[in-house]
Amino acid sequence: MYATNYHRASSVEDAVQLVSGGDEAKFLSGGQTLLPTMKQRLAAPSDLVDLRHVAAMKGISVNGGTIRIGAATTHAEVANSAEIAAACPGLCHLAAHIGDPHVRHMGTIGGSIANNDPAADYPAGLLALNATIVTNTRSISADDFFTGMFDTALEEGELIVAVEITAPAKCGYAKFPNPASRYALTGVFVARQGDGSVRVAVTGAGSDGVFRQAEMEQALASDFSATALDGVSVDDSDLMADIHASSAYRANLVKVMAKRAVTAAG
Amino acid sequence: MVSVSMTVNGRTVSGQCEDRTLLVQFIRENLGLTGTHVGCDTSQCGACVVHVDGKAVKSCTMLAAQADGSEVLTIEGLASGGELHPVQAAFRANHGLQCGFCTPGMIMSAVDMINRHGGKLDEKTVRAELEGNICRCTGYHNIVKAILDAASTMGDGTRVAAQ
Repeated sequence: MYATNYHRASSVEDAVQLVSGGDEAKFLSGGQTLLPTMKQRLAAPSDLVDLRHVAAMKGISVNGGTIRIGAATTHAEVANSAEIAAACPGLCHLAAHIGDPHVRHMGTIGGSIANNDPAADYPAGLLALNATIVTNTRSISADDFFTGMFDTALEEGELIVAVEITAPAKCGYAKFPNPASRYALTGVFVARQGDGSVRVAVTGAGSDGVFRQAEMEQALASDFSATALDGVSVDDSDLMADIHASSAYRANLVKVMAKRAVTAAG
Repeated sequence: MVSVSMTVNGRTVSGQCEDRTLLVQFIRENLGLTGTHVGCDTSQCGACVVHVDGKAVKSCTMLAAQADGSEVLTIEGLASGGELHPVQAAFRANHGLQCGFCTPGMIMSAVDMINRHGGKLDEKTVRAELEGNICRCTGYHNIVKAILDAASTMGDGTRVAAQ
């Protein structure tokens, strides 16, 4: 790891100010991706601004149908939240299967979506749930937020403060994890709203990060069952191919995982 | 350089280190507590697991500066006087190790697991929860046996805090 300067932020304003002070400063949330990347010298931020002590970025609240999750809330906290389990159980299931227990004790929802790893779990969940990403300056819809592989709509120095989700009528997540890393080889999150509309988001498979599967959304809007997906064919031309799986294999996984997610949603 | 101060195994310690110093380096090199191991250094193997503020974390994936002000429990802090912690005793009784390199991390993970699940711990949960700990000798079988044995000995609510 190259040398860096550590700063501990006490508030959102403090964090934004501290990050603007460094040449190539970065926010440090749980650090479960950033620190390993720095250790490999693939990232070399001049300064790190630690967000773990910003009280306004922590905690979970459910008000009516609105779930608000502070950006510095860990995966373990989301996985074990009785409030989220009651309103949006698919999200608890998703959080409970990120990495391993130790990673889940540190890694945060804000850190995960800011990184927008093409095989991370949260981008699929938040895109399918039509979440709103609240930053220090504005609110961004998930459709606008995830702009491509490792890319988001965040401006330089902009900080995610919280994520807001309207509780769906039903939701489910299924992933086929890479056996070594536990990242999604393919993961599919399915959410059905009270008005019957359905959103299906796929992670791990797209060559440009998380994406929605329109054909599946239509099929599930008229019949929310796993068998409704039988007739859907998944085009593999925009899917990733690597040593772990070809794009054709991933295309098949998209369908299998989507069916499992619908079944899990009940 | 940063000044860090934390409670390690019940003892207040402080020291100077580089901002980039990992918690595991601080524990091993500044404090001389070499029971916490570095296996893969890529956040996968879990040999470096310690508890920070009561939660199991990979100390190779946390800066010492991040742990400033925290309570840290390492493998050296588990035994009470001359008596092994029940999880350590169960690993010995069940042959839950061969070369022993992964053992400190396995035991710290096991204690964390038992703290969270108590007597409800079953084999499936233990195997799933060992996701972040790699052992290249045992095939995990006796590790799982040891953890289940310790969980039943400790039962519900027997949270073993930092000494």
